[in-house]
Amino acid sequence: MKRVFPILAVPTAALLGYALYEALVAAPTEQTMGNVQRIFYYHVPSAWTAFILFFVNFFASIAYLIWRNTKADIVALVTAEVGVVFCSVVLVTGPIWARPVWGIWWTWDLRLTLTLVLWLIYVSYLVLRKFSSSGQTPLLAAVLAVFGALDVPLVYFSIWFFRTQHPQPVIGGGGSIDPRMLHVLLINWLAFSCFAALVCWSRYRLEILRREFDETMALEALLEPRTSHTNSSRSAG
Amino acid sequence: MSYLYAAYIATWVIHFGYLGSLLRRYRRLKNEIEDFKVRIEEKR
Repeated sequence: MKRVFPILAVPTAALLGYALYEALVAAPTEQTMGNVQRIFYYHVPSAWTAFILFFVNFFASIAYLIWRNTKADIVALVTAEVGVVFCSVVLVTGPIWARPVWGIWWTWDLRLTLTLVLWLIYVSYLVLRKFSSSGQTPLLAAVLAVFGALDVPLVYFSIWFFRTQHPQPVIGGGGSIDPRMLHVLLINWLAFSCFAALVCWSRYRLEILRREFDETMALEALLEPRTSHTNSSRSAG
Repeated sequence: MSYLYAAYIATWVIHFGYLGSLLRRYRRLKNEIEDFKVRIEEKR
């Protein structure tokens, strides 16, 4: 793991650096919004990455519910955690863009509200996993994740089917985008996806290590009284 | 322009904050494993 991580981290960092250059320098300046539009190159890829992570969480949770597979449970935990991080980026960069463009930080618009609800659902998922000591926690979390994932398509399609203050989709849905801007957007998405995959992989390894250690500790605790009993029997004999 | 920089800085503060929390958890686990190894050695 120690060797693989830098091998993957170096090209990912290079790609993120290149994507940053493309977003700040190479991308054309939007005519009406000016430079503040460049927030879009971080906001939209972060949202897409969060959606993908929540979908992986959904399928891993389904897999856990069907097969009770520990690895599926770990994948669900990891993707929820990293998904919350990316969703937090969306919820922070959105208002920073909205303030100069709309004149307000936040409005209880359908898209914005559903995104906030999505974030709250997955934060509650993580809180449940962290503080519940029941053996049924993975099962309860998987059920919560399955219902929580229903909010993802609602968030995504809310701007397709309802009139909202949020800008219309740039790909499909009647929206249009300059090909150079689309190029920069896709590069940033690729960079953030690679970054998310790397972070998920590191978190997955950490969780595997944590569980193996906890199992060893539990085994040791189980064996301890037996060992002392055997020793006392021997000394008594 | 300040809004643009604020958004980009905020993004990386969030990401590095999370990476920092992962690193802390990894170090804590490593220390626990080391302590455990020492305990096992002492028992032997």
